[in-house]
Amino acid sequence: MPRIEKTLPNLYRDSVALMQLSARIEGYPGVTRATAVMATQANIDLLKEAKLIGPDLSPRPNDLLIVIEGRDDAAVAGALKQTEEALQQASRIPVDASTGPAAMPATSLEMALEDKPGANFALISTPGEYAAAEAEKALRLGLNTMVFSANVALDDEIALKQMARERNLLMMGPDCGTAIVNGVPLGFANALQRGPVGLVGSAGTGLQEVTCLLDRAGVGVSQALGCGARDLSAEVGALSMLQGLAALAGDASTRVVVLVAKHPAMEVARRIGKEAAQIDKPTVLTFLGLDLGDIASRNIFVAGTLDGAARIAAALALGQQPPGPAGLDPALAAMARENARRLGEHQRYIRALYSGGTFCYEAQVLLVQEAGPIWSNTPIETAHALPDIWKSREHTLIDLGDEVFTRGRPHPMIDLRLRLERLRQEFDDPQTAVILLDVVLGYGAHPNPGAEIASAIAAARANRPQDGHDVIVVASVCGTQADPQTLSQQEEMLRQAGVLLAPSNAAAARLAAKIVDASPNRAGLA
Amino acid sequence: MTQLFSLPLKVLNVGVRSFAESVAAVGAEATQIEWRPPVDGQVNAGHALARLINESRIEEANRSALAAFLDAQPVLEDVRSARDLIPGLAADRLILHAGPPVAWERMCGPMQGAIIGAILFEEWAVSPEDAARLAASGRVAFAPCHHHDAVGPMAGIISPSMPVWSVTNAAGHNRALSGLNEGLGKVLRFGAYNAEVLKRLRWMAAVLGPALSKAVKAAGGIELKPLMAQSLHMGDELHNRNTAGSSLLLKKLLPGLLQSGAPLDAIADVARFIAGNDHFFLNVSMAACKAMLDAAHGVRHSSLVTAMARNGVEFGIRMSGTGDAWFTAPAPIVDGLYFPGYGPADAAPDLGDSAITETAGLGGFAMAAAPAIVQFVGGTPADAEANTRRMRRISLGVNPAFTIPALGFAGSPVGIDARKVVDRGISPVMNTGIAHHTAGVGQVGAGISHAPVACFAQAIEALAQTIPGRVLDGV
Repeated sequence: MPRIEKTLPNLYRDSVALMQLSARIEGYPGVTRATAVMATQANIDLLKEAKLIGPDLSPRPNDLLIVIEGRDDAAVAGALKQTEEALQQASRIPVDASTGPAAMPATSLEMALEDKPGANFALISTPGEYAAAEAEKALRLGLNTMVFSANVALDDEIALKQMARERNLLMMGPDCGTAIVNGVPLGFANALQRGPVGLVGSAGTGLQEVTCLLDRAGVGVSQALGCGARDLSAEVGALSMLQGLAALAGDASTRVVVLVAKHPAMEVARRIGKEAAQIDKPTVLTFLGLDLGDIASRNIFVAGTLDGAARIAAALALGQQPPGPAGLDPALAAMARENARRLGEHQRYIRALYSGGTFCYEAQVLLVQEAGPIWSNTPIETAHALPDIWKSREHTLIDLGDEVFTRGRPHPMIDLRLRLERLRQEFDDPQTAVILLDVVLGYGAHPNPGAEIASAIAAARANRPQDGHDVIVVASVCGTQADPQTLSQQEEMLRQAGVLLAPSNAAAARLAAKIVDASPNRAGLA
Repeated sequence: MTQLFSLPLKVLNVGVRSFAESVAAVGAEATQIEWRPPVDGQVNAGHALARLINESRIEEANRSALAAFLDAQPVLEDVRSARDLIPGLAADRLILHAGPPVAWERMCGPMQGAIIGAILFEEWAVSPEDAARLAASGRVAFAPCHHHDAVGPMAGIISPSMPVWSVTNAAGHNRALSGLNEGLGKVLRFGAYNAEVLKRLRWMAAVLGPALSKAVKAAGGIELKPLMAQSLHMGDELHNRNTAGSSLLLKKLLPGLLQSGAPLDAIADVARFIAGNDHFFLNVSMAACKAMLDAAHGVRHSSLVTAMARNGVEFGIRMSGTGDAWFTAPAPIVDGLYFPGYGPADAAPDLGDSAITETAGLGGFAMAAAPAIVQFVGGTPADAEANTRRMRRISLGVNPAFTIPALGFAGSPVGIDARKVVDRGISPVMNTGIAHHTAGVGQVGAGISHAPVACFAQAIEALAQTIPGRVLDGV
């Protein structure tokens, strides 16, 4: 199959733009495979593995490498020409002699600050190896900072957080995917009403779930501060969460505080609990996977799930008595029993395909109790690490946002292809009973996930043997009416496709467990 | 605690563009930064920068260095034999060359040719072959002009018997020297060493030099800043366009020349020589720039660039806070227009100390003063202006003494900050001539080149070592 390779020197584009470009090239007539990447060592290795380039290419990180494979030479040459034209169009910056220095695009934080001296926030999403340096520059320039990038060295994270504390600046991250500051969405975040609940979280989709559920209950958010995934480790010691907690304690608009984390280190969690007890605002601790014992007190409330945290915080905000933990809604339980009748005797397992890592984690914690051993690529216990992440085994919960799946690919919240291929694979497995999905809306996410998922389900269903049985798809949609995708429209599309909707991730997991429990072979009671 | 919650959020976005779009979608201010990895993806350069951005020791040092530069007052005081003003040339067989240090074997064609010419001129050998053997033998030493308070265009060769301009900084008492410009065509600085070249060199030493010495002294010394400022208002940028400066200098020198007591036809030869060379002022401009920049050199912690120079093999810079160190990278090829019959395959890599003019905020930095220059790269006057504006973004300030009419008499950008070059990925632009890579052919074109960012990355990494404190590991 003819293949062409071209390097464009000193032409830099960010990773998302390049993946969009790759997808576009693959759409040109006669193209079978195509990729556009910066010629870093890591990308070159990826392309060699994929047998898209030969062994001899040396890395030139500021050069753009295009590889196109197609059905014949003409198709490949034509595609390359179209690609180069597209790149040229995009980079044409008009030279206007009459405008001042601001006509030149800023190429660094300091340069941008010269043009916009009132700027007060830096959002950094460069490749990980450059992010720490950019964050330090931002802090030195007096900017509150969020680092979306992952793969930042632990020592650098600690140093940056200490520097931020010394300078009285926010430092959210690294590996912080979600924040909402002063009502402005940063990273992956939802459109929310402003209100009295302030949140701090090291779990991005955790923050999204709690804020969306609050929004649905008519309760608004003052601030949702991210910490970065590693903040509550023993080494980092929750520097960001403690700083965020103090900030919310002093914020007049915040009346209720919610803290969200995935399995923090025990001593760090205790320290946070102690700090929270000192502030005079009711605080909900949501430390998934960690049993804090009897830490609850006059103003400390403990939630075991994200939806529980939202229920408690909403009640506190509305001046009501906070509810205790809830099980599966009876209406959903009835729905489970009714739908379980569609399953055949071989269908026994739950296959969950998550885009949000926190959702995968929360579901595992619940399903281990309710359905038995759970296999995963991000398992709660290492004994149940999936031997082959590309092939499910018994009950399997996959985090598609984990690095093993996202290397060289866009995040599953943006691009559904990998997830929907896996969905088809699970549909075709005769042992699959329930497929469990999270659908995350909001800024930064896919513009219409419901439509793509519905379409994939229809195609998968059509391909199943017509044996009178079915695979049951369960989903929860994390989003709001005001989100660009509009919550109700997404839910309707999924319902039309026969998806059973639950109001939260925890409810969806419990619903899935209930279905297999009620199924003809009752695999859930293993 | 942080005041952020009571202010409207104004975001600077470094990375994925859609994040800025989300912020703008809710009506908040978002600025997308056109970020790219520093210097060909060097993580270390980013780490060094992170310690130096908004670092008070450096900001303070730069203020000091820039002030010394702006306060400098270069005065043309005399013309003397190089050996009289450069102790190293009096003592041993030493020849000075342009750019950072380079050994004979690695020198480019024009530089080797010029050295052969100088050896013949000094009568240290009688044939070009013997001269080349002598040069290769190690019995003649070579050193950068910059190491001896001097600068030279193209090959930049200075040997003991050659006459040199002497420019003193009246505000600081440092001194800078440069040879006399031979004119265009087959000349020593492009590597020619034939009989005509040697004859001219001897005339310059015997007649031109002494005449100029008398003329300069008769004028009581010539203040160069006002003369250069005037030239900038007349279409010069004082690197590749020196016509106005050469004319103004001749005006200053003429009375003294006429009263020098030399025979009239000798004076006529001198006047004809100067009048026929539109680049006569270049060497004076270069010496003046060096005198101003040397005043700013040696300020601890300063990231102000005090020299940019090329030897046809490497491009080198020096920085105020890092002493005598050269930071070098391979010399770039010039992007330009060629004289009829020549093309890019004929070009030598960038050559000469004349980038000292850009280092001082002239030349390519003042391109907006000389729009004719951009025709060399097929551009427009708007491009010339855009270039100067770009250079402003890597400069510590502007020079109130050198104003540019086309920019509303704004001062020319001055004080290249090595940090900004690396941080912003904006490389200093230079207007330059293109030499043929074979010795003696001469100039084959002119155009624009860019200083390699790698030099500035090395410099700031060296500077970062001098700032105590925590280093990002990046492991």
